[in-house]
Amino acid sequence: MARKISMKQAINEAIDQEMARDPSVIMMGEDIVGGAGGDGERDAWGGVLGVTKGLYAKHGDRLLDTPLSESAYVGAAVGAAACGMRPIAELMFVDFMGVCFDQIYNQAAKFRYMFGGKAETPVVIRAMCGAGFRAAAQHSQMLTPLFTHIPGLKVVCPSTPYDTKGLLIQSIRDNDPVIFLEHKNLYGFEGEVPEASYAIPFGEANVVREGKHATVVTYGLMVHRALDAAAALAKDGVELEVIDLRTLSPLDLDTVLESVEKTGHLVCVDEAHPRCNIACDISAQVVQQAFGALKGPIEMVSAPHTPVPFSPVLEDLYIPSAAQIVAAVRRSLAGGRQ
Amino acid sequence: MADNPFPQSRDQLLQAYRTMRTIREFEERLHIDFGRGDIPGFVHLYAGEEAAAAGIMMHLGSGDRIASTHRGHGHCIAKGVDPLAMMKEIYGKKGGSCEGKGGSMHIADLGKGMMGANGILGAGAPLVCGAALAAKFRAQAGQPSDVAISFVGDGASNQGTFLESLNLAAVWNLPAIFVVENNGYAESTSRDYGTAVDSYVDRAAGFGLPGVTVDGTDFFAVHEAAGEIIARARKGGGPAMLECKMVRFHGHFEGDAQTYRAPGELDDIRSHHDCLKKFAAAVTAAGVLSAAELQAIDHEVLGLIERAVVEAKAAPQPTQADLLTDVYVNY
Repeated sequence: MARKISMKQAINEAIDQEMARDPSVIMMGEDIVGGAGGDGERDAWGGVLGVTKGLYAKHGDRLLDTPLSESAYVGAAVGAAACGMRPIAELMFVDFMGVCFDQIYNQAAKFRYMFGGKAETPVVIRAMCGAGFRAAAQHSQMLTPLFTHIPGLKVVCPSTPYDTKGLLIQSIRDNDPVIFLEHKNLYGFEGEVPEASYAIPFGEANVVREGKHATVVTYGLMVHRALDAAAALAKDGVELEVIDLRTLSPLDLDTVLESVEKTGHLVCVDEAHPRCNIACDISAQVVQQAFGALKGPIEMVSAPHTPVPFSPVLEDLYIPSAAQIVAAVRRSLAGGRQ
Repeated sequence: MADNPFPQSRDQLLQAYRTMRTIREFEERLHIDFGRGDIPGFVHLYAGEEAAAAGIMMHLGSGDRIASTHRGHGHCIAKGVDPLAMMKEIYGKKGGSCEGKGGSMHIADLGKGMMGANGILGAGAPLVCGAALAAKFRAQAGQPSDVAISFVGDGASNQGTFLESLNLAAVWNLPAIFVVENNGYAESTSRDYGTAVDSYVDRAAGFGLPGVTVDGTDFFAVHEAAGEIIARARKGGGPAMLECKMVRFHGHFEGDAQTYRAPGELDDIRSHHDCLKKFAAAVTAAGVLSAAELQAIDHEVLGLIERAVVEAKAAPQPTQADLLTDVYVNY
């Protein structure tokens, strides 16, 4: 054990192992091989940030560079999935989903229900998400609530290399369409990852830190902000319980409810915009199902209702911070009933 | 019987007529029953366009895939989807092709290679690229060389999805065929108003694809052209476009008053451009099939459609339990 790799390497390893295991797994996307058709090196890029580098050498033409045509190739991935393949389609940035959204929410998501339970569409659509890259309004969004809203889609957003590998392997093996979102500011984040293949089941949240005074529920990069907040509050004797949802659809509400029953205080943190986001959803469901357990108001910490700004100063203000989470926890504790 | 001057066998000609007549009677019955208020939702009828579905689909087996349009009943029937299950589906009943959860615009039967009628115009073309890609991988693994066919109307042929798919199919050299069913109207707007080029062969050439235009009301012309294009794709020759110039007997949807049509237009197309009349005249004039044989098929088809309607009306409604099932394989 104790082998540490980055989230980027964990993605590469998951795809590599699944392609070796199952010949029906194929992958397509812009520059995922890189250099196709040119006179220089094939496999030059391995994706815009090098995530799939080296896979072409091992798996050949099962990795396909595509024209810059998200509608066509994401739709092709969906169509191939309906015809017995297990395609992984990569969009560089989740922001580009707008270009091909019909193929995701009107086609892939609806086939099973709309065709009376007689279709399976085992497609994985991977993309980078999240702010902090100085990439501005069209390359920095989360958009997780958009996909979570759609019946028929599963939505995954991991926070560690270990979860990334296990959840991506599960996504590829899963028989439903999966939106797999990788926070770009975690690509270099390293953690312990077993070399052997393993799958993490969907719908199982992870209690990443146990505590008794308040619960923070979040996912993706914000898990790390919540852990920072927990470390700061611990100095004052406040013990936070931090829950990483890992998958937004399906949602493990039971783990959240159990924690709230214990702590009585809940802060929901979401890097997405504040209206109709994951924090709102969790808050509403906890109020409905565990109102009696709450000893204080539920607090929410989200990005503001603005596009992601370019200016580094503004972007740093935009992204929810550990300090905001600390303040939210204090508000909930201060507003508590006895 | 006289010598058969057609490239199709007598049995194939009988099959073609049966397919076209089944589509026609299915659609004309829907027209009547929709008018009575028996059918919920939207219905887009394929009547008048039967020769295209029949002429193309006769070249396909169940391993070949098609993606259809909102006007999909004809493609379904020609691809072998059970008309009894289709009628139940259109009535929203259990036992329908999609257990009543899809309706007219979403009839699918993946086991028959029918990837769905589609309520989103142009959406089938990318799906067909994927089906063709899967077929290409299967063929490389030693399995039969299947093809995939995308149907699109002249209207939806202006969708980006369709145009992007032409390019993707060309650069990946996919066994994909794009059939433009040009009935002259994008809903109510004329083809000429909404499409700048006159020729879909020109448009195909712009994407590096060969293209052919045929009289889509002539079964024999469609059958021949489709046969060449499909055989070429099966041999690894890549994608192609087939434009079928055709006529739509009914409106865009049922309930459309069709005031955008020229005076006398509907009478003219029914009198002079009816693919079934043209087919029947050709085969009987050549003495290959007799009027009595065709009438016998007419009679059988009418019985089948009547049975489909009776069974659809008698079929059980879905229940509350069905509302929540089959959103996911596992959740």
